[in-house]
Amino acid sequence: MGAYHAGVRVATAYPGTPSTEILEYLARFDDIYAEWSTNEKVAMEVGLGAAYAGARSLVSMKQVGLNVASDPFMAASTTGVNAGMVVISADDPGIHSSQNEQDNRHYAKFAKVPMLEPSDSQEAYELMAYAFDISERFDTPVLVHTTTRISHSKSVVKADRSRIVPAGQQGFQHNIAKYVMLPVYARLRHPLIEERLVKLAAYAEAFPLNQIFWGERHLGVVTSGVAYQYAREVFPKASFLKLGMTYPLPQNLIHDFAAQVDRMIVIEELDPFLQENIQALGIKVTGKEFIPRVGELNPNIIETGASSAGLLAKTSPRKITGTAPELPERPPLLCAGCPHTGIFFVLSSLGQRVRLPGSKSKKPPEPKLIITGDIGCYTLATYPPLCAMDTCACMGAGIGQGLGMEKAGSSKKVVAVIGDSTFLHSGITPLVNAIYNEGKITVIILDNATTAMTGHQDHPGTGVSAQGKKTRAVELEQLVRGIGVRDVKVVDAFDIKALRASVRSSLDSPELSVIIVRGACSVYTPRSKPRVIDTEKCNNCGVCLMIGCPAIQSEKERICIDTALCVGDACTICQQLCPRQAIAPQYKIMKESK
Amino acid sequence: MKKLDLLMTGVGGQGTILASDIVSEVALAAGYDVKKTDTMGMAQRGGSVISHVRIARQVWSPLIKEGDVDILVAFEKLEAARWGYYLRPGGMAIVNNLALPPLSVSLGNERYPSDEEIISILKQRTESIYFVNGTKRTRELGNIRALNIFMLGCVSNFVPFKVKIWKDCISQRLPSELRQANITTFNQGRKELRGVHI
Repeated sequence: MGAYHAGVRVATAYPGTPSTEILEYLARFDDIYAEWSTNEKVAMEVGLGAAYAGARSLVSMKQVGLNVASDPFMAASTTGVNAGMVVISADDPGIHSSQNEQDNRHYAKFAKVPMLEPSDSQEAYELMAYAFDISERFDTPVLVHTTTRISHSKSVVKADRSRIVPAGQQGFQHNIAKYVMLPVYARLRHPLIEERLVKLAAYAEAFPLNQIFWGERHLGVVTSGVAYQYAREVFPKASFLKLGMTYPLPQNLIHDFAAQVDRMIVIEELDPFLQENIQALGIKVTGKEFIPRVGELNPNIIETGASSAGLLAKTSPRKITGTAPELPERPPLLCAGCPHTGIFFVLSSLGQRVRLPGSKSKKPPEPKLIITGDIGCYTLATYPPLCAMDTCACMGAGIGQGLGMEKAGSSKKVVAVIGDSTFLHSGITPLVNAIYNEGKITVIILDNATTAMTGHQDHPGTGVSAQGKKTRAVELEQLVRGIGVRDVKVVDAFDIKALRASVRSSLDSPELSVIIVRGACSVYTPRSKPRVIDTEKCNNCGVCLMIGCPAIQSEKERICIDTALCVGDACTICQQLCPRQAIAPQYKIMKESK
Repeated sequence: MKKLDLLMTGVGGQGTILASDIVSEVALAAGYDVKKTDTMGMAQRGGSVISHVRIARQVWSPLIKEGDVDILVAFEKLEAARWGYYLRPGGMAIVNNLALPPLSVSLGNERYPSDEEIISILKQRTESIYFVNGTKRTRELGNIRALNIFMLGCVSNFVPFKVKIWKDCISQRLPSELRQANITTFNQGRKELRGVHI
């Protein structure tokens, strides 16, 4: 809403928790052009082009998305903008839904761009107007840094402005010294960037969201983002310097604050970013000595750290001690009716990765395949009982890793598994690479026609835009054939026999092959005729439990299917696998028992 | 009321997040400051879900401190046990009488705790433990997906917000064809714990 009121005209993003909702929300406005870009790098480039051409643009992504987009981000810092450009990086301390815990505040210093940080929803709203203003005034992209706990919290917002699109915004001005970064021109830009930082630091001194809240002077807390909220709670009487702009820092303001308090500390999540930059000003300050660098903060952690540093009286341990039993964990699972279940069961059983019920061998299973994975719902196939994934690094990594394993002379066959959205994001270039370099791996593309993990966003393969318009869909089989793959198979995700046959043939193939496993995400599957277990035929062998379907449960030694979860006709994977044909729709079982 | 910290827990798909959204809107309509946050990871896929709802004149942290929760609202028994340590001494636990065993339990790798064990965990914090038959009642009403609204009905007995505000907020959040059924479910939940005094 803040960005909308600040006059954004172009918004781009690739979905990623906890940033996805930003573009989903902006896409609802008719007077904004909003797109799901194929990846964050492209999103950044489209946003930059729009800013060059005179439209305020907003580019949003999760923390690791900025790694993908870092090349054009650095370029944007070098050329500057024309109309304002704001980049939102939504970090994930605590790794709720990510592959790492990087602290993207370093990107602001690295790219020499200003960074703003909201500490609640109201500030996120207010910040956007400042962000676009700073971007235009200083000719720079602006980084807005949020975290999961800001992105996924709701607090009261007074949205008291209306949408203002700045009038008289100039369109693209032909200016090769500014926009064409040949070495001769790039050399001219660098001193301008250094000058820009000096001016920004002066601006930061009076920036309205750098605020001091005076309390008692014996303790002064410098903080920003959600850590400010936690710190207010833990130190209700202290003085606070809350930074809404965390790069470059307002040096004089910090010096003044430090001079007026007896002891100054920094409370921040992850790395000592503020702390080290303040120490570089020659100011004595502590923080990471007692606040962890790892994981998401909360008031309890700050309280514990503060008491160890002598800032608070010792708190009594609040954890339940007693003799609580070990509670079973509840990790997320592939859904009932998931189109990924069948192929992973096939990989798991062909690869002899788990011991199937009834197996006589006592030895732990010895995997016969290496399965390089990628990022999406299907990464959940790593967990038992499927145990069908060996690597997951970052978006699009699996195909390249698979080729590397083959070229390293691995004695085991290599299968790379990647989702449709991830393949379009960054799986195409490694596939081109594998063809060019004569790889022989098997690549499996799981095509469920959506970006499921982040909440079902469209992508180039679905033929629907972020704003719901019909566009031309990219056809995966044509795409991979065009790259030069000769062995391309398209298989129904719910046909176990066909899946097994195609994986076998690809593993035996002397050249690289691609299997496209096609089946709609179960969230969109109409439910009909849920399967049940014929208790007269079932001998509790447990084969159906090996697919890890959440609808199939074992209670008191009996296996049963939760008919509220089972999708029925659209799936039937358990029915295909049952060695005693004990799984069928309810009416068939009733008929047989008559 | 000085402050009210609610922790709502359940399993992905049970409607926990919508329930916490509605409580927040009710408290906001009643004139309080509210912050709420969800910790779900990839919970759309059957993992455990936790929503923190904080209500007071002024709220700072969106996360509740361990040992500060006034009312724990658990849509599933194992999740009640898992988050019981967040309760303040003497707080209240409202637990839906439903066991959803995780896959590791079905595979025989782990054991689901007994009711006695779950109660003994909660009793380390409080004696006010109320099991409610939300799944059974909503099934009887033919509206099993409204378990979240039923649980809100239970909660409404212990918070100082007018029934009309509850019903208005519930109606606003649901499509019109579902409104009447959900109001009925809310009333049923209210009845479930009527007469309980804390």
